[in-house]
Amino acid sequence: MKALLVAEHRDGQLLTSSYELVAFAQQLGADSAMFLVGSDVSLPQYDGTLYLADIDKYSEYNPAVHKQLLLDVIAKEQPDIVVFSHSSYGWDLAPRVSVALGAAHVSEVVEVVDGAMVVPVCNAKLRRQVSVKTAKTVVSLQSGAFCLSDDPEGTPTVEKIDTDAAARVVFEGFEEAEAGGVDLSKSEVIVSAGRGIGKPENLAIIEGLATALKGDYGASRPVVDSDWVDHGRQVGSTGQSVSPKLYIACGISGAIQHLAGMKKSEYIVAINTDKDAPIGEVADVLVVADLKEFVPLMTAKLLV
Amino acid sequence: MKILVCIKQVPDMESKFKIADNATWYDSGELAWRMNEYDEYAVEQGVQLKTQVADADLTVLCIGPQRVQETMKKALAMGCDRGVHIEDAESFKKDPFEIASMIAEFAKEKSFDMIFTGMQSQDRGSAQVGLMVAELLDIPSISTVVDFAFDAGKVTAKRELEGGIKAKVSCTAPALITCQLGLNTPRYPTLPNIMKAKRKELLSLPAADLLKVERKQETAKIYFPEKKGGGLVLEGAAGDLADQLIKILKENTGVLA
Ligand SMILES: Cc1cc2nc3c(=O)[nH]c(=O)nc-3n(C[C@H](O)[C@H](O)[C@H](O)COP(=O)(O)OP(=O)(O)OC[C@H]3O[C@@H](n4cnc5c(N)ncnc54)[C@H](O)[C@@H]3O)c2cc1C
Repeated sequence: MKALLVAEHRDGQLLTSSYELVAFAQQLGADSAMFLVGSDVSLPQYDGTLYLADIDKYSEYNPAVHKQLLLDVIAKEQPDIVVFSHSSYGWDLAPRVSVALGAAHVSEVVEVVDGAMVVPVCNAKLRRQVSVKTAKTVVSLQSGAFCLSDDPEGTPTVEKIDTDAAARVVFEGFEEAEAGGVDLSKSEVIVSAGRGIGKPENLAIIEGLATALKGDYGASRPVVDSDWVDHGRQVGSTGQSVSPKLYIACGISGAIQHLAGMKKSEYIVAINTDKDAPIGEVADVLVVADLKEFVPLMTAKLLV
Repeated sequence: MKILVCIKQVPDMESKFKIADNATWYDSGELAWRMNEYDEYAVEQGVQLKTQVADADLTVLCIGPQRVQETMKKALAMGCDRGVHIEDAESFKKDPFEIASMIAEFAKEKSFDMIFTGMQSQDRGSAQVGLMVAELLDIPSISTVVDFAFDAGKVTAKRELEGGIKAKVSCTAPALITCQLGLNTPRYPTLPNIMKAKRKELLSLPAADLLKVERKQETAKIYFPEKKGGGLVLEGAAGDLADQLIKILKENTGVLA
């Protein structure tokens, strides 16, 4: 089996998530080659052919052009499987490539069981094993699902690639994440509010517990998107990554993007009315309760 | 200007799921259904654009069994002008490519200037359909959009990247946008608008008329993940639970010392 690994580059740097693709190919026992729109100042540590297009020429987000660069390499390498990270770059490019190839695209693969790709369904409450009917497959891997056991090493054989395909979308630059938020990365205790708080008035309950535990409060994304809490307190893949001694998730279901920001916490408690909520997977303790009743009681007992 | 919004009906994620008898999908019997969260942002953006430009016509499209019409009515009450229901009792078996092909087949000669979809569905979460529709129609597309502006045929958008960084991008209509959470504030349908929606056109088309491609993948099996976390689960009266949790925190964390 032959795999083509689509590595990623952002703002001058190779993304280390690119090595997850290498781990995946190793697990499949596949030979591999790598594709990167990047620069030779930040090359992957990888033994194999690296097809490299110059990011200064082809820009950070340029789907039509990146797709063509990739299709040219696919035509040459004839891989059985084209592997992306399930990231903002990967989930954008992979479906485009799959349409062009007429190949199945299996998104957010978390594991491979007896050669079949497994993906999450319904906020990870269920899993699905997929059977692919096309000769070539395009996959995107859930962030963190496949990891190298050792530090990456090697030196790629670089082959420069070019295309004259026309861009259809113009990349005009980055906008940094909103600054000036609270730095939760140093907090020892974080109590986070999820959509389960129901209404903004109930945020006070969460703040109350955080204060009683001499900690800070954080939030999941819907609470931030509803403007109940500043983005500066959002925990997750598009917010902050935290690792406090104690993380209490109140009314948070435990979507992968939220877990990405808090699963390194030393001790995790979840308060949730749903016993099957996926947060239970990472929680040391799951308290099955209505947070509006439980949290104020807990706070009162801590304050006596 | 012609605008198309594509939506999906999904189960409420807090539902108690059961596996269907053939173990290739979840049992749909006792679930509560709602509009896919990401699609609410797509509908809202469609309605905002319609309000912004003069002379716009906004179609909402949904594929699925009869019950999806309830969800479509919400979109009509939010401000879509007409609905197109692609009737398909077995839409859950279709892969993203089949779904995208049906939408593209419907849209191909209708010259929509803008198409909005959610960035992904909450149940399958494949994040493929919108982009595939654009590829099949051969129009530019931008995914994971958290900020959108339209001015004289030019689309300016911000894509959300990891860590909250955004990429500023632009393209020319006709184009397709996949909407990320937080793009706007989806409105709640008002009672008068719910009444008005009942009189709006809701056209049904059989899926067979639009499906011209073959499935590229199938669900071999669906199942509950093994519980590996193995954390403690506490249930009971809230007061007792609080005492238990405080004791556990004292024993296992340094924070209550
Ligand atoms: C690209 C991308 C990036 C994302 N980035 C982030 C991110 O950085 N951070 C983030 O958090 N999300 C992020 N998300 C969104 C994520 O997928 C989820 O939608 C989000 O985390 C859900 O938040 P929630 O758990 O608060 O809400 P829900 O999933 O709606 O869960 C609410 C929970 O509250 C429980 N509940 C309800 N009422 C009560 C009650 N009275 N008492 C106790 N429990 C109750 C319910 O059982 C449920 O489990 C991202 C999504 C995408 C696609």
